[in-house]
Amino acid sequence: MYFNKEIETMPLKKMRELQLERLKWSISHAYENNAFYHKKFEAAGFHPNQFKSLDDMKRVPFLTKQDMRDNYPFGLFAMPMDKVVRVHSSSGTTGNATVVGYTRKDVDIFAEVVARCLVAYGASEKDVIQVAYGYGLFTGGLGLHYGAEKLGALTVPISGGNTERQLMLIKDFGTTMLACTPSYLLNIADYIEKKRPDYDISKTKLRAGILGAEPWSEAMRKEIETRLGINAYDIYGLSEVIGPGVSCECQEKSGLHVHEDHFYVEIIDPETGDILPEGEKGEIVYTTITKEAFPGIRYRSRDITRLYREPCKCGRTLVKMEKVTGRSDDMLIIRGVNVFPSQIENVLMEVEGTEPHYQIILDRKAALDDVEVMVEVSEKLFSDEVKVLDNLKKKISDRFRSVLGISAKITLVEPMTIARSEGKAVRVVDRRKI
Amino acid sequence: MNVTQLSVFMENKPGHLQGVLKALADANINIITLTIAETSDFGILRMIVSDVEKAKKALGDARFTSSATEVLAVELDDSPGSLLRAIEAFSKKGLNIEYMYAFTEKRGDRAVMIFRFDDIEAAKKALTQEGYQIVKKIDIIGQ
Repeated sequence: MYFNKEIETMPLKKMRELQLERLKWSISHAYENNAFYHKKFEAAGFHPNQFKSLDDMKRVPFLTKQDMRDNYPFGLFAMPMDKVVRVHSSSGTTGNATVVGYTRKDVDIFAEVVARCLVAYGASEKDVIQVAYGYGLFTGGLGLHYGAEKLGALTVPISGGNTERQLMLIKDFGTTMLACTPSYLLNIADYIEKKRPDYDISKTKLRAGILGAEPWSEAMRKEIETRLGINAYDIYGLSEVIGPGVSCECQEKSGLHVHEDHFYVEIIDPETGDILPEGEKGEIVYTTITKEAFPGIRYRSRDITRLYREPCKCGRTLVKMEKVTGRSDDMLIIRGVNVFPSQIENVLMEVEGTEPHYQIILDRKAALDDVEVMVEVSEKLFSDEVKVLDNLKKKISDRFRSVLGISAKITLVEPMTIARSEGKAVRVVDRRKI
Repeated sequence: MNVTQLSVFMENKPGHLQGVLKALADANINIITLTIAETSDFGILRMIVSDVEKAKKALGDARFTSSATEVLAVELDDSPGSLLRAIEAFSKKGLNIEYMYAFTEKRGDRAVMIFRFDDIEAAKKALTQEGYQIVKKIDIIGQ
């Protein structure tokens, strides 16, 4: 089943023609209607007239997160403000927030790509989709909401948190699909085990999780599917491109189909910026080719993945990307496993009350990577009983094993003992001599 | 009676206990009694001090994590078998002692034990039912 059969099963040649035509429009739209792009293209000696074939992509300069921050809030918009109907914004934890805008048409495209994802997971207008992503400036809540409505499913805008209520509505409303972060879904599983052993999830109609907004592993998928007895599907996106729905898995769960009629994708070498041949792993770069309010031209996502085309059993011809497990700027390889500080942070956040003041110390002992995670003990975590603190250590280390697939020694340390540079803790100390 | 105990998180490393004690000494806090529970990488220092609030603040300023917990203080005869009898009263009710320690100072011919329970009121009730004398008041030296 497809939401937009023509596009989703379009032969490659036809898709390439469509992309070229749309790229030409998008690149000149950015150049003509946005001063920053205009200057940037000129500085790079590039004019949209020179864009004749997809091979010319390499001449177009990249857009970076820093460019977005420098142009806070509306400096990258290419439409008059009275045509912009919505904004979303990132949290801006590592600097200025980034702001993105949408025209009415952009909002429609956003809804369409999300609706396609939902159909790819097997949803129809008969489904009840509970949206437990946060509603607000974050694109997750409203993105899924509009997509589910576009599909015609019953949309339950519960937003994030309040697990007891989530469970109640799953049961009472007959929710069939739950959209949230994978770590929150695992929290729900823990909650049922500990606090609601009487709640039998297999007696509800829940059959799928629509999971995204953070990197997650196959190990996490397996854990979610076994513990809750549902299918766990990945939805991928980034606000700089549109939000969730840039790509999605289908029921094959073997990579994510990119909605390449709206988002043109390339893989580059993060060091040199050179385009890599299809199939190679590198940083994925996005160009929006239909968006009006905020054109993203060659946006460097820092996400590491691989693109490949192979006939998919679902029938979609859209290019596939591998599940993104991390970013080019902070990836660690521990015992052959790619680990990202953000994943470690997620694990610590999940363990109730843990402030993410942590430090990872990597060392190599007897040719094996040794991982120690130091966690500062705040008043919230502290107890006068040894067993409570021991349990906390165990809980964190169990979570590391199941989520990241690595075993780590957890050491509790006193507050403010982890070195901070400019107020932000130094997250990783790598003492390995390789 | 209920006594407020102050617990402090410490890494199990040289100099850390010293840091805690210095913070307390500088704030003119007297330690009435103390015990340390240790594991391989951290320890919990548990103390009865002359002024819990003041001590907590001094420790917080010195960046130590601490917490206040209600514990039960029981006065016992300083004679063979008296601790056993107190513990029997708890066992009978199925009450688990999380941990316990003794006051360093004797009060006349009596000893004082500190008990930590999940349910302190149930523990008190158990002692009363056995006709046990719970300390009504402890004169805390230096208070």
